[in-house]
Amino acid sequence: MDKRTPLYDKHVALGATIQSFAGYLMPIKYGTIKKEHMAVRDSVGVFDLTHMGEFRVTGPDSTAFLDKLLTNDASVDNGKAYYSTMCYPDGGIVDDLIVYRIGDQEYLMVVNAANLDKDWAWVQSHLQGFNVNVSNESNETALVAIQGPRAQEVCSKLTDYDLDSIGYYEHTTGKFAGIDALIARTGYTGEDGFEIYMKYPDAETVWDAVVQSGEEFGIVPIGLAARDTLRLEVGYPLYGNDIDHSTTPIEAKLGWVVKLKTDKSFIAREVLEQQKAEKPGRYLVGMVVTGKGFPRHGTPLYSGDRKIGIVTSGSIAPALNQAVCLGYVERGFQKRGSELEAEVRGKRIPMKIVKIPFYTEGSRK
Amino acid sequence: MSNIPENVRYTETHEWVRKDEDNFVIGLTDHAQHEMGEIVMAELPEVGAEATKGDSMGGLEAVKTAEDFYAPLDGEVAAVNEELEANPALINEEPFAGGWLFKIKASDGSQFDGLLTAEEYKTHIGE
Repeated sequence: MDKRTPLYDKHVALGATIQSFAGYLMPIKYGTIKKEHMAVRDSVGVFDLTHMGEFRVTGPDSTAFLDKLLTNDASVDNGKAYYSTMCYPDGGIVDDLIVYRIGDQEYLMVVNAANLDKDWAWVQSHLQGFNVNVSNESNETALVAIQGPRAQEVCSKLTDYDLDSIGYYEHTTGKFAGIDALIARTGYTGEDGFEIYMKYPDAETVWDAVVQSGEEFGIVPIGLAARDTLRLEVGYPLYGNDIDHSTTPIEAKLGWVVKLKTDKSFIAREVLEQQKAEKPGRYLVGMVVTGKGFPRHGTPLYSGDRKIGIVTSGSIAPALNQAVCLGYVERGFQKRGSELEAEVRGKRIPMKIVKIPFYTEGSRK
Repeated sequence: MSNIPENVRYTETHEWVRKDEDNFVIGLTDHAQHEMGEIVMAELPEVGAEATKGDSMGGLEAVKTAEDFYAPLDGEVAAVNEELEANPALINEEPFAGGWLFKIKASDGSQFDGLLTAEEYKTHIGE
């Protein structure tokens, strides 16, 4: 039985196309994907992301525990957040996540909905030896994101907190629309924006306040389909598409969240260190379609007759009006400017490797 | 609810078929275009290509999905909608008019009578 977020009735009333995603009935789109996408690029949109999972880590060993579990460095200042991967001992990725440091001995991990049960089991299985408590707050925590260049103007009317003092990947706890919330300047769109975490019963209050506050900026609700095109356009990987147990952060060009220069002994450190030194056999790259066609997840990539890779995400990039892809290619073929071909319905489509992000005009601060 | 006009026939693969003067015009139903979302590319058959009932004649790419479309009748491709090259969104905007896909010169026009009626198509899509 699929779960409903506390905003489910809002989505139905707005005429959303609703589908099951990671065990939740989620809005996929309300109108047209391109219009939702462009609203976030040009002005502002509001998202219900309550399906995301939240684990709260508390106790004296919180930092040490996360430094064991995650590839990135947990010892950031209170009020800061960081993006990380969490790896299996073989270097494959369990999940990618955002971690908010709430206090000296308190963190909030935000994980992908589709990985919630697996992540919870993984976290639980590593508790031994650490004086920490981890609680799964996923079923009581709602998440509303406000993203786009006008996001701060929408949010500043709803809190007394000076939002200018919250930098990118920083957060605070405080009143938002009159309720207690975690207010973070984070997102998955390439735009400036905020993610507001609150208890389930407060979600409708926040949603309504955001919609009302955003009215003058033409705020529109954004479904998961546009969330996907927004993240692809700025080259953010999506777990299950571009990264999974069979890929490592080094291959996925996420080496910047693998802190090999520290002395922390996180899970998979040796394997990743070795892979970095020896160079992986393949790399995640960004590609634009220079011919006509739309390669998708699973489409093979060729250099001449030789199969050299596979597309992991592909869509039109609405702000660029251009088909773009992420995918893995064999080492030696990853150079920017290299030409290759995708095979769709038996036809070869010319592609070119380009720099990520595809879209570079984002308002992200 | 989808628009399901009664002056055309339908297939289970969501094409509509209308009798033209000499040919049969084929397009994508309103229900199907809505399910697919904004169509960003239409890959159409060559004029003169052989059409065999049930065979894939081309593909449609939407933002999130891709679907083939199929020949509802045997015959030969008599025309394709060149407008879709520049403006594939016509399939979403006017699925039964400017968004038509291609025309078939049928080798056996009586196959048309075996296609689904509006009422049958409505049942097929559960509306």
